[in-house]
Amino acid sequence: MEKKEIVLELKHVRKDFGNGPVLKDISLQLHKGEVMVFIGPSGCGKSTLLRCINGLEGIQGGEILLNGKLISTENTKWSEVRQKIGMVFQSYDLFPHMTVMENILLGPVKVQGRNRKEAEQEAERLLERVGLSDKQRAFPAQLSGGQKQRAAIVRALIMKPQILLFDEVTAALDPEMVREVLDVMLELAKSGGTMMIVTHELSFAKAVADRIIFLDDGIIVESGTPEEFFTRQKTERAQRFLNTFIFREEKGGDEA
Amino acid sequence: MPDSATLIMLLEGTCATLYMTLVSTLFGYVLGLPMGIVLAVTDREGIKPNKFVYKLLDFFSNIIRSIPFLILLILVIPLTKAIVGKSYGSSATVVPLVIAAAPFIARMVEASLKEVDKGVVEAAQSMGAGMFTIIYKVLLAEARTSLLVGVTIAVGTILGYSAMAGAVGGGGLGDIAVRYGYHRYQSDIMIITIVILVVLVQILQGIGMLLSKRLDRRVNK
Repeated sequence: MEKKEIVLELKHVRKDFGNGPVLKDISLQLHKGEVMVFIGPSGCGKSTLLRCINGLEGIQGGEILLNGKLISTENTKWSEVRQKIGMVFQSYDLFPHMTVMENILLGPVKVQGRNRKEAEQEAERLLERVGLSDKQRAFPAQLSGGQKQRAAIVRALIMKPQILLFDEVTAALDPEMVREVLDVMLELAKSGGTMMIVTHELSFAKAVADRIIFLDDGIIVESGTPEEFFTRQKTERAQRFLNTFIFREEKGGDEA
Repeated sequence: MPDSATLIMLLEGTCATLYMTLVSTLFGYVLGLPMGIVLAVTDREGIKPNKFVYKLLDFFSNIIRSIPFLILLILVIPLTKAIVGKSYGSSATVVPLVIAAAPFIARMVEASLKEVDKGVVEAAQSMGAGMFTIIYKVLLAEARTSLLVGVTIAVGTILGYSAMAGAVGGGGLGDIAVRYGYHRYQSDIMIITIVILVVLVQILQGIGMLLSKRLDRRVNK
């Protein structure tokens, strides 16, 4: 990949909830347009890492820089930073009392103070892009899991964030709905979106990632292109992790 | 059967009770709603934790809630006199009712707001929403069914309290029940007041529950 500007940089980030570190010493650089996929066993700190980048969790050591500016300080204006770093959650977290359209408009209209008409038009365009044009007036309870997650992606997209974080966004979905969400993400990646994705969908990781980061026990064990990671693992830990997945796939019983 | 004078008295008593209950609920919420919001927001798990503010309000509301209402009625007579000008009658009863109801309402509001799914609050935070946007657009909006159930409970409780105020000349149905039913042994009048009170509670409860159901969007219709 050609040298592109660094959007996000983590330097020796450490996160401790008070009973031993969850993230030990994480350093990485995310470039503009890059799609970075985090994989690793449950509890390895992948989701925590995303939550730290978005300020939902504080960090106990190290630095996080957005566009070269330190954002991991006491006085960080998180409401401004978060408009640049969008996040999509595993449990969709749409506002149940709002229609899909109201869910999407809350950010641009109430937070960014944008013109409602203009935001509405953009929302319509984005909804069409993810195939939800007919669900504008539906309430979340009337949507399937996959539809909810696509609406949640639109809700994050409309803020025009520089980076989008995806935290296991298909983990709560029925298997037949996983694809529709992954397709949307794949399309976003192709159109140049800068993304950080935590996922257990290995074949999706292979297809979407520019770089795969394998985390285990709070540290980056391996980092490389999908091709490197899936064919020539450098560490035994990564091999073991991939083997368990392959084994499961051969058994054919697990949808993870 | 009671004569027409008694009927008029009962009717007036019903109106006085409704007046006390509804006005007290209104002012109770004027004080209790902001208090409840502050409690929910400053709690350790809230969106803007503040131990000092939380503890202060927590302590304050617990103290008032531990005072039996009958004692509170007498305790606040000087304040009642200062605000209303007299210490008896329905308007005077509103003062101790509000004081007793506000912390209770604050607690219910706090509980309702804390029920709001944390993920939904985080989703709002993750898009950069500020504290006031989250309170108004997310916490209050998402908790509205629960808040309305709270209003219904508050109205019922305040209605009960207002009847208790009858013991010290507070006016309303409780007053009538005490004066006629207890002091004059006219148990028929007492029973009628009880029936009216039961009917009032049922009606108010019914309205509250209906409204909260109407406003609930969480279930598929």
